[in-house]
Amino acid sequence: MPETIDIKLSVNGLAHELAVQANVTIADLLRDELGLTGAKISCDMQVCGACTVLVDGLAVSGCTYLAVDADGREVATVEGLARDGVLSPLQQAFIDHAAFQCGYCTPGMLMSATALLAENPSPSRAEVIAGIEGNICRCTGYLPIIDAVLQAAEAGAQR
Amino acid sequence: MTRVETRRVTTRPTPPSPIGESVPRRDGVAKVTGAARYATDMTVPGMAWAKVLRSPYPHARIRSIDTSAAKALPGVIAVVTAEDLKARGDINLYYGHALTDHPILADGVVRYSGEAVAGVVAEDELTAYEAAQAILVDYEPLTVVVDVEGALGSGAPIIHEKEAKQGFHRGFDEDIQRDHPNVCSTAVQKFGDIDAAFVGAHLVLEGEYRYPNSYAYAMEPYNSMAEWRHGGLTVWTSCQHPFMVRDDVSHVFNLALANMRVIAPYVGGGYGSKSYTKIEPLTAALALVAGRPVKLVLSIDESILTTRGDGARVRIKTAFEADGRIRGRQAEILLNTGAYAENSPLVARKSANRISGPYRIPALDITCRAIYTNTAPASSFRGFGAPQGVLPGESQIDEAAERLGIDPIEIRRRNVVAPGEAPWPKVRGLDADLQADLSLVAEALDWASTPQPSHARGIAISASDAGSEPVSTALIRIHVDGSATATIGTSEIGQGSATVMAQIVAAELGIALDKVSLLQSDTAAVAYDRSTGASRSTTIVGLALQDAARDAREQMREWAGEVWSAESIEEARGGFVVDGVHRGWGEIVGAYFAGDFGEVVGRGRVRKVGATKQMPPFWEVGCVGVEVHVDEETGQIRVDKLVTVGDVGCAINPQLVESQDLGAAIMGFGMALTEELIYTNEGTLLNGNIVEYRVPRASDMPEYIGIIAERGDGVGIYGAKGGGEGSLNPVAAAIANAVRRAAGIRLREAPFTPERVWQAIQERDAAK
Repeated sequence: MPETIDIKLSVNGLAHELAVQANVTIADLLRDELGLTGAKISCDMQVCGACTVLVDGLAVSGCTYLAVDADGREVATVEGLARDGVLSPLQQAFIDHAAFQCGYCTPGMLMSATALLAENPSPSRAEVIAGIEGNICRCTGYLPIIDAVLQAAEAGAQR
Repeated sequence: MTRVETRRVTTRPTPPSPIGESVPRRDGVAKVTGAARYATDMTVPGMAWAKVLRSPYPHARIRSIDTSAAKALPGVIAVVTAEDLKARGDINLYYGHALTDHPILADGVVRYSGEAVAGVVAEDELTAYEAAQAILVDYEPLTVVVDVEGALGSGAPIIHEKEAKQGFHRGFDEDIQRDHPNVCSTAVQKFGDIDAAFVGAHLVLEGEYRYPNSYAYAMEPYNSMAEWRHGGLTVWTSCQHPFMVRDDVSHVFNLALANMRVIAPYVGGGYGSKSYTKIEPLTAALALVAGRPVKLVLSIDESILTTRGDGARVRIKTAFEADGRIRGRQAEILLNTGAYAENSPLVARKSANRISGPYRIPALDITCRAIYTNTAPASSFRGFGAPQGVLPGESQIDEAAERLGIDPIEIRRRNVVAPGEAPWPKVRGLDADLQADLSLVAEALDWASTPQPSHARGIAISASDAGSEPVSTALIRIHVDGSATATIGTSEIGQGSATVMAQIVAAELGIALDKVSLLQSDTAAVAYDRSTGASRSTTIVGLALQDAARDAREQMREWAGEVWSAESIEEARGGFVVDGVHRGWGEIVGAYFAGDFGEVVGRGRVRKVGATKQMPPFWEVGCVGVEVHVDEETGQIRVDKLVTVGDVGCAINPQLVESQDLGAAIMGFGMALTEELIYTNEGTLLNGNIVEYRVPRASDMPEYIGIIAERGDGVGIYGAKGGGEGSLNPVAAAIANAVRRAAGIRLREAPFTPERVWQAIQERDAAK
């Protein structure tokens, strides 16, 4: 068996101590070991954004970010966005605007937009576009997604 | 700055609630919380992983395959080649619903770079991958041809030496026609006196156009999982047509349909690319040999090598009267179908039908041939042969307008068929009003005003004879508490079927939407549906559900009559008024079974009789306008404004119709401006990945005005008809027409890359 490395990380607020092989990506760890299949693998080369998760608040491509590099860090995935069954304003805005169709890009899109809004709570339209430029959506034509992120920003500002 | 605006033009009668309401998508919570399950997320106990060895050669004979080193690796369960499958005697190596030309694994010859040569099953994916790399194959390279002209030229290599048998379902009536060994299929559309049309013409235009080999890029790659249990086979797969896959795979393994189960969970994008069978036979064969459940997940790079869209070379000639009326059109379409037929014979049929457009044309002479080449196989892709022909066809309409001094909208007005008028013999009359749609686009684009310098507007229209076989069934089970479960074979591929179908059931039974649940796309559990494609589900499955609701109500009318010895039973919302008392569906069921149990099962069906007898069941028209800016220094085209009309008869869920139209138009936008799979003459795909095959991104989006026109003119429930492809088909032509007006250049080869545009500008200036 290949050697493993012991890591400690938190995923959506839950602490884990795991022994992982050095070549395992954070997306594989989440999907195959922790059963968190929200993050999706598509291009597998860091350009489509479907696998986007947050590591210490920073949006990263899960398909190329090694699990061992998450040692001692906080990982956030789409499964952690809703709290106690209540959708985040961003998730609700995605539903309101039908900002997805097949939904395969949605977990990554939501995480990129979550990172954007954490850094810049009231982005301009151009800033929203820049914030999701690294996420491909093949179904919607993006405009409903842009509108959804702007709505979520507005909802956040009102709270 | 992007902006989205939607308008709705409605002249149809008001349908019952919640039809016509933008209720939230029912898959919404699952999809925004990560709970939605796709085939890629599925596992079963005991599951092993598979990987595929692919050919590095585009055309070669396989001299030998040595699997010994691969088999010796720890963790490897099985290494499988075509010889192994043939030796078993219980597997038909070749499949294909149109032509059975496709071996599950290469059978002594590889016909494109990337073809599957061997499969490996191992305890984990990495071991399977490493074992695949350890297989030694001795290839004898053969002459390669990658383009349609080359494939029909003298001395071209013959790609299929043996003629394949016709498959069990081609999707059209005539036999497959071939006049050259590299012709996969030929389709002809011919009527009127074509010679006379050209002889007396005031203006004859001729041109050659090219449309790229393309890739749908469904973001969920092709993947499936197969398990053999109790003599039967279950396949979980990311597919649009679970019942077609069932039928195809059952042929491969000689299984009774009853022993073959296909489950399609949420599908991560289809756009036609997941219609029919892909890797399911290979996955099932590997599972059979390995004696274990097997999961095979392709990478996107491998998915590109599995199915792409047909590129085209089109030679077209159109004759006009001085007043712009079309006298006749002749065209030769050559589709680059790649190494295997897949669904391209039907794409060829549809391309031949769709190049003439929604026009009154006295004479047509169209031939479309699907051509085998040593490239990845092409098959269905949203638009389905239409965009390949609409670019040349609609370019020539604009060219004629310019030459004859007629406004581009006016020349179309003089030629479009009226509602109810058939564009060619023996087909349904057009169930759309394109004169009105043209007015909507002209108004939204502010057509009459003068655009800014280097800006111009363009339009294009299209009509597709929907390839929607009217073959669907549906079941509605009404439970004793008055809630209902509907089972349908339509897949939720993102189009919103899970939402729209529930709306239809709620409306037809007069019950609340939250009392309706749906079970979709499990061939062992749901009622038969032919396919999820050709924009058919809302129309055809919607009718099947309406029929099932009618059947359930009829049964309950009988039951109510019996139980209460009723003298009068009247229709009411959510039940019947029986002798003056409202009895809900649940109450009737319970009373009939004499307790708090039981259910009624309503059966619905649609076939080629009555309203759905004449083909096509509906027309899907497209009417698109754009405003573009051309940067003459760089050749960059920027689309500033996009207008589409969704002429859908009745929008069951307007928000979902808008989603479909915008998504379709942006897919057409990608093919018009950036998307092209580029092959070298030696058969190497240069950009088989999502870095170098560039699809539209958020920053590319134009301003958008989406118009929904509802005139109740479709064959579906409340006058509905299909949508989701019409707004793709005219996009490249509309952009080309606008660029002509902006920069004085006529673009005849898509995608209109900056290099091609810049080159055309240099040629324009050199000719001055």
